[in-house]
Amino acid sequence: MSQTNSKPVGLHNAKTMSRLDLTKRAVAQLKKDEAVIGGIGNTNFDLWEAGQRPQNFYMLGSMGLTIPIALGVAIAQPKRHVVALEGDGSLLMMLGCLATIAVQAPKNLTIVLWDNGAYQITGSQPTATATTADLVAIARASGLANSNWAADEEEFDRMFADAINGGGPTLIAARIDSEPGVGKTDRDPVQIRANFMRGLGVKR
Amino acid sequence: MTHTPTTPWHEIVLETLKANDIKLIVYVPDRVLTPLIKALHADAYFNVFAATREEEAIGVVTGAWMGGMRSAVLMQTSGFATLPNALASLVVPSQIPALIFVSERGTLGEFNLGQAMVCKTVRPVLDSLGIENHTVTRHDELEFILDRSIKQAFATQAPVTFILSPLLTGGKVFAK
Repeated sequence: MSQTNSKPVGLHNAKTMSRLDLTKRAVAQLKKDEAVIGGIGNTNFDLWEAGQRPQNFYMLGSMGLTIPIALGVAIAQPKRHVVALEGDGSLLMMLGCLATIAVQAPKNLTIVLWDNGAYQITGSQPTATATTADLVAIARASGLANSNWAADEEEFDRMFADAINGGGPTLIAARIDSEPGVGKTDRDPVQIRANFMRGLGVKR
Repeated sequence: MTHTPTTPWHEIVLETLKANDIKLIVYVPDRVLTPLIKALHADAYFNVFAATREEEAIGVVTGAWMGGMRSAVLMQTSGFATLPNALASLVVPSQIPALIFVSERGTLGEFNLGQAMVCKTVRPVLDSLGIENHTVTRHDELEFILDRSIKQAFATQAPVTFILSPLLTGGKVFAK
C-alpha cells in the first residue's frame, strides 16, 4: 500500500468532503462485482443514490453491524472484494470489530469510514470524534496498520483503488460535511437480502 | 451417527455441525462451552474464532450466510441478553437462518444473582420474536434436536436457538 503511518494527514487537517461525491467515486471504481455493505441511515441513502447494484446490501437496522456483516461476506467469498461503508457513530458502537478483523486479517476487506463527528440522522448530536477521538488511531491501535485519513478527493480515489486491488484489510477514513444523504433505500429486508444473495451468486 | 450414552455432549454437537456443513463458528467464550470450543479449534474442518460481542458474532454469521457459508454462534445466557436489537432488526426481518447456541447459566444451582436474573429474559425474548428455540436437557435427544432443527432452519430460512441446559452439560459447579 502506498499510504503509510508517516503521512502527516490526520483527522484535523484532512479536507472536509462530500459523502455523496466520495460514494460515487468509490462505486465508479467497482469493476469486479465487489460486494458493498452500507451502514444505516445517510451512508445507505448516498449508496442508493450512487446507483443500485445487485452486490449492494443496505443494512436497515442493527446499528454497528455493517463491518461484522462485511467480515462474514469476506470469509464466505474470499475471491470477492468486500467494502463496508460505515459512519463514525456506528463504528464507535462496535469498536471491538476492528480488533477482530485485525486478528482474522481478511485480504479482501476494505472499510470506508465517513466521519462527520455527528449522529446526523438523530439530530446531529456530536460524537466523540467531533472533539477527542480519532478512529484511524483507534483502528491502528486495534491492529489495522493500514488505516489512514484521506487528505482530499484525489487521495481518496488512490487509496480506494489500492485497497480494492491490493491486500487488505484496509481502513480509509474521510472527513465529511453535514449534508444529509440524498437517496432513499427500499424498506423490504427480505427483498434486499434476496437481491444481494443473487448478486453474489449464492443459491439458498 | 453412532453415539453411545458415553459420547461427550460436545462431540455430538461437533459431529452434527459437521454433518450439516456448518464450517464457520463464531463465539464469545463460556466456561461450560470450553470443551466444545477446544474441540472445534482442534478440527481443521472448522473456521473458529472469538468475537468481542455477541452482536458482532451475529453480524458475521449473517454476512457469511448471505455469502453462501453456513455458520453458527456460541455464547452464554448473559451474552444472549445483549442481542434483542440485532435479532429484531436484522436476523428476523431478513430471514437469516442463524444457529444460536446458548449455554444456560442462571438456573439449577446458580451462585450469581445477576446470571439468575438474566437467564429469565432469554425465553421471553425468543418467544416474543417468534424464534424457534429448544432447551436441550437430555443426552439421548441432543443429536435429533440439533440435526432436525438445523435442517429446518435452512429449509425455512429462520433462526433457531439451542439452550444447552446444565442437565446436558453439567453446568458450572456451585462455588463452595
